[in-house]
Amino acid sequence: MTAVEPAIEASGLVKVFGETRAVDGVDLVVPTGGVYGFLGPNGAGKTTTVRMLATLLHPDGGSARVLGRDVVREADDIRARMSLTGQYASVDEQLTGGENLVLLGRLLGFTKAVAAERGEELLAVFDLADAAGRQVKTYSGGMRRRLDIAASLIVTPELVFLDEPTTGLDPRSRNQVWDVIRSLVDVGTTVLLTTQYLEEADRLADRVAVIDRGRIVAEGTPGELKASVGAGAVHVRLVEADRRPEAERILARVIGGQVRLAPEPDALSVPASDPERVGAALVELSRAGVAVSGYRLAEPSLDEVFLALTGHAADVDEKAEEDAA
Amino acid sequence: MTTPATTGDVERPANRVLGTRARPERPGPLATSRAFAWRALLKIKHDPDQLYSSFILPIMFTLVFTYLFGGALAGSTGDYLQFLMPGILVMTVIMINMYTGISLNTDITKGIFDRFRGLSIWRPGILAGALLGDALRYAIALVVVTALGLLLGFRPGGGVLGVLGAFLYLQLFAFCLGWLWNAAGLVLKSPESVNQLSSVVLFPLVFASNIFVVPDTMPGWLRVVVGVNPITHAVTAVRGLTAGTLTGDQLLWALVACAALLVVFAPLAMYLFRAKSLR
Repeated sequence: MTAVEPAIEASGLVKVFGETRAVDGVDLVVPTGGVYGFLGPNGAGKTTTVRMLATLLHPDGGSARVLGRDVVREADDIRARMSLTGQYASVDEQLTGGENLVLLGRLLGFTKAVAAERGEELLAVFDLADAAGRQVKTYSGGMRRRLDIAASLIVTPELVFLDEPTTGLDPRSRNQVWDVIRSLVDVGTTVLLTTQYLEEADRLADRVAVIDRGRIVAEGTPGELKASVGAGAVHVRLVEADRRPEAERILARVIGGQVRLAPEPDALSVPASDPERVGAALVELSRAGVAVSGYRLAEPSLDEVFLALTGHAADVDEKAEEDAA
Repeated sequence: MTTPATTGDVERPANRVLGTRARPERPGPLATSRAFAWRALLKIKHDPDQLYSSFILPIMFTLVFTYLFGGALAGSTGDYLQFLMPGILVMTVIMINMYTGISLNTDITKGIFDRFRGLSIWRPGILAGALLGDALRYAIALVVVTALGLLLGFRPGGGVLGVLGAFLYLQLFAFCLGWLWNAAGLVLKSPESVNQLSSVVLFPLVFASNIFVVPDTMPGWLRVVVGVNPITHAVTAVRGLTAGTLTGDQLLWALVACAALLVVFAPLAMYLFRAKSLR
């Protein structure tokens, strides 16, 4: 795996719209295979970056190579090997779902018959077979989005850009999209997934770049990102509140770091990333006769990561419905 | 911890379908244009309302002008109809023509233009296919409006050949004028603004022409406007063709009108198309 060229390599990408530097010097290395998460709130520059990488927008500065080709000079080579599903379903509303896929199949070079066959296969997988003969304008948001993704996969591309594929979807549709993403990974396609949902990046992505105000503010595996922000913490609750000073000393000695006393008199916590040390500390407490009624190891959420990295909260509209999974 | 998406131990139903990576040969210009023409035909098939609504105005104008003003303008409604019908045919084509720009603008604003741009295809095929679809719309509309004219008493002296010649010329005229709407569709922000621009541009041009009346009684400045209006020359040619009285001069000017539209607006639209394709 070491010699494989990265799927995407961008350095110093800039895009200026009028007075706004929508993308302000983005460096990015996306390895081949797996899911790369591109995380940021609305207006952070995700879509603009993706459009430059997908050869739809010329960069004002910097350069990028996608699948080993230059996005400006060798755009057509890239187009033949990647596909993009934009933020807004880019399918023809007047045509039926089936016709949309046949049209795109023909534009890829298939005969009408082969395109129709391929279209049927995709519609079946995307749970749209019953709606194949209906005009897309009668589709629900989730159906449109699924058709849009299907339209990107008529020939399985080497690289897929999915720009907020689950924004505004109900949990069932979103799970279907997630399954498709996992399938793509199984067949060896590299997926660049933009999302404003931290949970989505956490669940699907092997690596994540966090973008804010046109700049990458952090990059790494979801685990690394969490660790970089200050790892999780161990929260300990004691049977007897008056043993807390002793517990505080033991935790400070074994785990180290700043022990925080909770508002409740019988609870305290300390930042800890290493479960072994936490185990050792619990043993020490028990040896010293400090009875523990409960303890909990908590990872920082990506929400906390985002807050710590950017100094402001991520846009978490519609976050509630994600918990239904 | 995270659940990396790379754990491919479960057989997912989509895997079989997505496993095919075989890519056919990139389609040539002809195949690309044919695919887009097919799309244009499907649009007419699924939403014929747009086509029907494009007949309404020409038919209304025919009835109103013939029966309300015809007698006063030409002595009798029958005589006026002979004068008016060729102009109405030109108007029919002009009214449908602007849909070229509206469809292109809809494609851009709705995002499907980006889908096409993301494909490795012969880009002008997008416009070429749309133009073929438009040609079918013109043909249908011209047949319908001519049939109505014949029903009301329009008797073209040029016979079937003259009428077919007029249709052919109108296809050429609409193709050339269509570039104006392609340019507008590429520049303007929404399909509604293309529609608005079309009413602002078309209505003055339709009336400041020889569609409804002979310009002889107009003030001098207006006659100048009518004289340089390409629509005037198109109407003169269609009148000549349907009546079987076309002169070489009239044909020449009608073709010059087409060429002028093409020379001004086609490069402009192609320039905007390229700019839009890259930015």
